[in-house]
Amino acid sequence: MRIRKRTVALTLYLVLLLLPVYWMLNMSLRFNADILGTFRLFPSEFTLANYVKIFTDPAWYSGYVNSIIYVSMNTAISLLVALPAAYAFSRYRFIGDKHMFFWLLTNRMAPPAVFLLPFFQLYSTFGLIDTHIAVAISHCLFNVPLAVWILEGFMSGVPREIDETAYIDGYSFPRFFLTVFIPLIRAGVGATAFFCFMFSWVELLLARTLTTTEAKPIAATMTRTVSATGLDWGLLAAAGILTIVPGALVIWFVRNYMAKGFALGRV
Amino acid sequence: MDKTHDNKAWFLVIPVFVIVAFSAIIPLMTVVNYSLQDIFGPNERYFVGTEWFREVLNDSRLHGALYRQLLFSGLVLLIEVPLGVAIALAMPPRGWTASLCLVLLAIPLLIPWNVIGTIWIIFTRPDIGLLGRTINGLGIPFDHTAAPLDAWVTVMLMEVWHWTPLVALLAYAGLRAIPEAYYQAARIDGASAWAVFKYIQLPKMRGVLTIAILLRFMDSFLIYAEPFVLTGGGPGNSTTFLSIYLVKQAVGQFDLGPAAAFSIIYFLIVLLFSWVFYQVLQRVGTGDK
Repeated sequence: MRIRKRTVALTLYLVLLLLPVYWMLNMSLRFNADILGTFRLFPSEFTLANYVKIFTDPAWYSGYVNSIIYVSMNTAISLLVALPAAYAFSRYRFIGDKHMFFWLLTNRMAPPAVFLLPFFQLYSTFGLIDTHIAVAISHCLFNVPLAVWILEGFMSGVPREIDETAYIDGYSFPRFFLTVFIPLIRAGVGATAFFCFMFSWVELLLARTLTTTEAKPIAATMTRTVSATGLDWGLLAAAGILTIVPGALVIWFVRNYMAKGFALGRV
Repeated sequence: MDKTHDNKAWFLVIPVFVIVAFSAIIPLMTVVNYSLQDIFGPNERYFVGTEWFREVLNDSRLHGALYRQLLFSGLVLLIEVPLGVAIALAMPPRGWTASLCLVLLAIPLLIPWNVIGTIWIIFTRPDIGLLGRTINGLGIPFDHTAAPLDAWVTVMLMEVWHWTPLVALLAYAGLRAIPEAYYQAARIDGASAWAVFKYIQLPKMRGVLTIAILLRFMDSFLIYAEPFVLTGGGPGNSTTFLSIYLVKQAVGQFDLGPAAAFSIIYFLIVLLFSWVFYQVLQRVGTGDK
C-alpha cells in the first residue's frame, strides 16, 4: 500500500513536470497565428513546418552542431582533469588541499554580467574568439569544480581498503585507477558526465560572448525568432523541443551507471 | 580513518588548477581593477579608490534587491531540497521505470535558460496558456504581469519546476551508491523506513546533498535569464533580483565602475553564505562540533 501511494505521488509529479514541456510540444506543431489566436489543448491544424525549417536552414541546424561540439569537448576535458584531482582530494592530505577544494567552487559564484568583457579580451588575446575550444575551455570554469566536487563525494564513499589491497596485489597507480577504481564509481562518473553536459548545454552568456558565427550556440540562434512582427512562437517552441534531445540521449546512455550503483566485491 | 599526508598529490590537481585559473584569475583581476576606477573611455580612466563601493553599499534600491534575493534563495532551498530528496526516495531503484524517471527528470534541466523564460510566458498567459487559463478557470484572477504576488508565485513555480530535478538526480545517484549490505543489515534489525532514512540514507547522502544545496544556493542567488525573460523584474521592482538590478546598472546606465564594485560585493555575499553552508554541512550530524 505504501509503495503504491509513493508511485502515485511520483507519477503525479512527473505529469506536472511534463505539462510545460507538453505545452511547448503543442506550440511547436502549430502555426504562429493559431498559437496566439486560440487556446487549444491539442494542435488541430497540425503542422511540421517549424521542424522542417530548423532541419533545412543551415543557420538553424548549425547551432545544434556547434553546441554539441563544444559541449562534448567540455565534458571530455572536465572529466579528464577532474578524475585524478578528485582522487587526490579524496585520498590524500596535502598543503592547501582544503583551500584549493573550496576555491574551485568559488569560480561558480561570480555574477557573470560584468565578467563578460574581460573574458572577451582574454580570449581574443589568445586568438580563440569564435572557436569551439574557447567555449569549451571557458565552460570549464564552472564545470571542472562541479566535476571535482561530485566525483570526490563518490570516491570518498569507496573504502580505502580497496586501494590498499590493489597496491599489495601489485597494481600500478594508473592501472589500478583505470581498471579497478573508475569502474567502482561508474555511477558517479555517469552523473558527473551528465551534469557537465547539461550545464554547458544551457549556458548562454559566455557562449554567446565568445562566438560570432562559426561556433554560435543554439541558444543564441534562438533569439533569431524575434523579428519585427514579434516572436515566432511555433519556431521557438520547435527549437526548444529539439534542445532537449541530445541531453536526453546522454542521460539514456549513462542511466545504467546511475542506476546500477555500487558493485562492491568486484575486486 | 585519516588520509595519507602526501604533497605529491598536488601533481594530480595541477591540471585542474591550470585550466580553471586560466579563465578565473585574469577576469577577476580586471573586474577588481574596474571597480577602483572611473572609466570614461579606453584611455581615460581615473583612480577613485573605494568610492564606488561606498556608493553601492548605500544604494537603497540595491538593499531592496538583496532582500528579495535572500527571500527567493531561502524559499528555493526550503522547497527544492526536501522535494528533491522525496522524489529520489520514491523513484524505483532499478529497471526501465527508473530509466524513464531519470530521462523525464532531466528534461527541464536541458532547456536553455532564455527559452525557459519564454515558454513560461506563454504557459502562464491567461488567454492562451495552459496554467494561466486553468487558474483563471478556477475563479482565481491570476496575472503575473500586474500583481506582484502572482509574479512571485510564477517565478517560484518556474524555478521549482526547473531545478528540483537537479536535487532529485543528485540525491538519486547518492542513494544508488549505498551498498545493498546496509539495507540487509537494517532489515535484519527490523528498522523502520524512517530509521533507514535517518541513519543510513541521509548520512550517506551528505556528500551529494552538500553539493546540491550549494549549487542551488549559488545558482538561485545568481539567477538572471529566467525571471528577466518572464517578468523583466516587474511589476514595478517586485521581482528585480540582484543580478537583474546589476545588469540594469551595467548595461542600462553603462557605468562600468559601480557595476564592477557591485559585482565584487555580490560575489563576496555568495562566497560568505556558501562558506557558512559548507562549514555547517560538513559538521552537522557527525558529532564533531
